[in-house]
Amino acid sequence: MTTADATGEPLDSQGMNYLVTLPRRVVTIYLPLGAFLFVLLFPFYWMAMTAFKPDEELLSHEGNPFWVSNPTLAHVKKLLFDTPYPEWLWNTVLISVVATALSLFCSVLAAYAIERLRYRGSRYVGASIFLAYLVPPSILFIPLATMVYQLNLFDTRLALILTYPTFLIPFCTWLLMGYFKTIPFELEECALIDGANRFQILVKIVLPLAVPGLISAGIFAFTLSWNEFIYALTFVSSSEVKTVPVGVVTELVEGDVYHWGSLMAGALFGSLPVAALYSFFVEYYVSGLTGAVKE
Amino acid sequence: MASRSSTLSRALDNRNLLGLLFMLPAAAVLLLFLTYPLGLGTYLGFTDTKIGRAGEWIGLDNFAFLWGDAVTRLALFNTLFYTTIASIIKFALGLYLALLLNKHLPFKAFFRAVVLLPFIVPTALSALAFWWIYDAQFSVISWVLVKMGLIDRYIDFLGEPWNARFATIAANIWRGVPFVAITLLAGLQTISPSYYEAASLDGASPWQQFRHVTLPLLTPIIAVVMTFSVLFTFTDFQLIYVLTRGGPLNATHLMATLSFQRAISGGNLGEGAAIATAMVPFLLAAILISYYGLQRRAWQQGTTDK
Repeated sequence: MTTADATGEPLDSQGMNYLVTLPRRVVTIYLPLGAFLFVLLFPFYWMAMTAFKPDEELLSHEGNPFWVSNPTLAHVKKLLFDTPYPEWLWNTVLISVVATALSLFCSVLAAYAIERLRYRGSRYVGASIFLAYLVPPSILFIPLATMVYQLNLFDTRLALILTYPTFLIPFCTWLLMGYFKTIPFELEECALIDGANRFQILVKIVLPLAVPGLISAGIFAFTLSWNEFIYALTFVSSSEVKTVPVGVVTELVEGDVYHWGSLMAGALFGSLPVAALYSFFVEYYVSGLTGAVKE
Repeated sequence: MASRSSTLSRALDNRNLLGLLFMLPAAAVLLLFLTYPLGLGTYLGFTDTKIGRAGEWIGLDNFAFLWGDAVTRLALFNTLFYTTIASIIKFALGLYLALLLNKHLPFKAFFRAVVLLPFIVPTALSALAFWWIYDAQFSVISWVLVKMGLIDRYIDFLGEPWNARFATIAANIWRGVPFVAITLLAGLQTISPSYYEAASLDGASPWQQFRHVTLPLLTPIIAVVMTFSVLFTFTDFQLIYVLTRGGPLNATHLMATLSFQRAISGGNLGEGAAIATAMVPFLLAAILISYYGLQRRAWQQGTTDK
């Protein structure tokens, strides 16, 4: 058996990766991977650098822009005490948590019914849930805005809590359908014979087994609500009701003089909560992401 | 008492009835806030509704006006350009990154977690970071290029039409590559290593292995991922809104941002809705082409695993 071809070059295959020499690996794997990581992470580094840089350093062409020589908390202080930023944070948390909880409740029932009760027409409903997931918010926001206005919900948190489920429910239902599919029918049959009704089965048997799916759906729904922009921009106009992304973009950008320090601090602290949540639940998040794309 | 509870329990044993009951919350929300607005949006496109004034049916007038409107035509061109270029590059870079991450690496889980960061943080906020990176006076990219002696004055990234187009496309690629890479990586991990062992024992070169083992087996997931990617890119709003608001000279206006500008900022709800409605056929076409096109190729190559 030969492990190298005629030119002496090792064969590069996934199954035989250990045969590839180190210098070659550096050039073909680590160098490009390093370049990717640098580009993908640089904007975050830049956000953090700017947030703690004093204005003189920010607006000077001298010195090394990649480092901060006299770190300052002035921008953070301005953000927290002179702007409604804490209020925006609270709004974002509140809206995201309530919209996520509402969507999970609806999605669990719907996914269980589609996947397990198999009522007449459930296949078509399942397919239309997937299609609903493909409807982008940018074609819905105008009619939704007129509805929000007619329902007297304009400029309220409730407007966002009620509209976010339009993209959360299709996503969560689709994801949970996949999880429910993997739970053996026999468990439910046993419980039915023991006299449990469908609701008891859902709560006591199916849901405990689908906990990973619930976490995936919950985390994903929470970050989607946290990141939502176009609805929050359109349905809300007072500062007290704004969410972080919209507040930072619409209110911290003032006039011609940009306060880059506090702007970047706002972006940084608006990103950190989702990044932290994500770092605790990476596996769930990735399985949610890939699970929603697979069929 | 006993008979009432038994009637109830019998009713709850009926699949269709119980199914209806379970579907009720989700169906209520989706019918009211998704299906109805979809119809309402299409209807509004055929009216002259303004903010604060109910409109009247004016038939195809909005569409006729938009067809002759230079800005709308430019927005359509921009959207197609943005979507095509960004999607192709996102696919190429995403696939490359997925292949890199699929190798045996130390700290593989860590790399995978870090790579996804641009996708999970709010786009509006990371777009602000790009806005700062692209700043005409203090851009760090310009600073580096000047120091390296490659350029002699700062680049106006967002002030020149073509610069702005490519700058926004670059930011979109930055945000989209992680999604493509991580989902394709999940697809790559389902391919059994024994295929590669068999192929390399038969003397297949790395390129041949990629071309004849990886690509065919990955095609179904590529189809789905790219459908999503094209869809998100075509309807992109926040990145453009934050970076350029459609400027300079409408050079970066996409259909979504133009529809927002006309409907919400300009008050012409009917016209904005018509622009949004005009996006639907393109979206359907994109879904059909990328989905069925690639599905059929997978089928022809005999990899129907569905």
